[in-house]
Amino acid sequence: MPTRTVLTAEDLKRALTRISHQILESNASNPSPASDIVLLGIPTRGVTLAKRIASVIASTEAEFIPDNSVGRLDITMYRDDLANKPTRQVTQTQIPAQGITDKVVILVDDVLYSGRTIRAALDALNDFGRPKSVKLAVLVDRGHRELPIRADFVGKNLPTSRDERIGVQLMEIDGLDSVVIES
Amino acid sequence: MKHLLSTKDLSKDQAVGILDIAEEMSAVNSREIKKLPTLRGKTVVNLFFEDSTRTRISFELAAKRLSADVINFSAKGSSVSKGESLKDTAQTLEAMGTEAVVIRHAASGAAQKLAESGWITSHIVNAGDGTHEHPTQALLDAFTIRKRFHGAASTGKDLSGLKVAIVGDILHSRVARSNLHLLNTLGAEVLFVAPPTLLPAAQDWKAKFHYSLDACINDEQPDVLMMLRIQLERMNASFFPSEREYARGWGLNRSRLENLKETAIVMHPGPMNRGLEIDAHSADSPKSTVLEQVSNGVSVRMAVLYSLLSNEGLIND
Repeated sequence: MPTRTVLTAEDLKRALTRISHQILESNASNPSPASDIVLLGIPTRGVTLAKRIASVIASTEAEFIPDNSVGRLDITMYRDDLANKPTRQVTQTQIPAQGITDKVVILVDDVLYSGRTIRAALDALNDFGRPKSVKLAVLVDRGHRELPIRADFVGKNLPTSRDERIGVQLMEIDGLDSVVIES
Repeated sequence: MKHLLSTKDLSKDQAVGILDIAEEMSAVNSREIKKLPTLRGKTVVNLFFEDSTRTRISFELAAKRLSADVINFSAKGSSVSKGESLKDTAQTLEAMGTEAVVIRHAASGAAQKLAESGWITSHIVNAGDGTHEHPTQALLDAFTIRKRFHGAASTGKDLSGLKVAIVGDILHSRVARSNLHLLNTLGAEVLFVAPPTLLPAAQDWKAKFHYSLDACINDEQPDVLMMLRIQLERMNASFFPSEREYARGWGLNRSRLENLKETAIVMHPGPMNRGLEIDAHSADSPKSTVLEQVSNGVSVRMAVLYSLLSNEGLIND
């Protein structure tokens, strides 16, 4: 299967830095732009990406404390395809202690495809509180949406065909940083 | 996995998998909105031919927290008292469109019969059949033990290295049987303690037998002491001379509690006969996990229903 690298480690780092700054800019109308941001990663790789974005934000904004602002949101129990896929293992959900009510929640995922994962995530958020607003950050947007959902912050737009596969690899999980496309 | 009939059928990976899902379910049970949309549109029947409070309520709550619809059926006050058979009752309920049947029956093997007879196509969960098995009780016991000994780092762990003494009416206990298989699968060592009359004759079980509770506590220093209920309804032969004598020899009391290890825990599946197999002091001590077992029961049963029902499409494929 031929694979092609679309983001190198350098590209990936630049994309995440840009997303981090865009997140802060979009929240600039708030008196304290960083303090009411809560980053929620969607397992598995969204969690790692959320942590990286948090460390970029923390390096410029002193009032942003990653420990109290980064969490993970497992959406397995909210999927709409549970009935026709093999049983999935549920993983942990961790909402920061300050909660999400009246916060600006940024959902973080690696690849945006059909949009169904994000729909499930929005349902899951409902059960934890009422955020001031919810935004979506993804590393790769590969198109083929099945629902009216779009990302607010995108690392790279990557038009693909349905039978191609996007592989996101991250240092913490896979030992290297890269995004490849398999066709 | 289509049915849950016996803990014997569970591999180690499956058992740990269910306990891990239960871990996340217990996080749901401690948040403000204790409900998941996972089983929306599915119907679960609680088919109870024997009296039960905690198991039925626990299953009902578990199904409701996963957004399934629940029908409670108890044999008393139903057409069973007009003589309807198990087959007809089950088929009637399934004709109304149910996806899972949780069955408790006084006859050993009732759940298996329902699963294998081809009468109905629902998923079957055994909620206690005669003196045979009670798998969800064993799972919630294992979950409680894991939680007490591994705390927040429980996920993915088994029970290896732990010594579990099960005390009381082993002969008639479905809880003991289910626990024996599951604890062995999860790597724990099982000790049975009972008067000889309440131990099974065929001793090919993977467990060590003790006749004296004091000797067991002193020599083995178990990590877990699981007291079984003396089922007065089954004490029709002379298994022991008197209740007082049983309490003296095999009941848990203050002095035996003090002889236990510092870290040891005391379990009881309930309902307790206070003063018979366990005294009030032990039942209410910090070592006792009786109430934790009840709350963990809901999480574990949610995990079981999720594991059985979430991939229905695949099984029918």
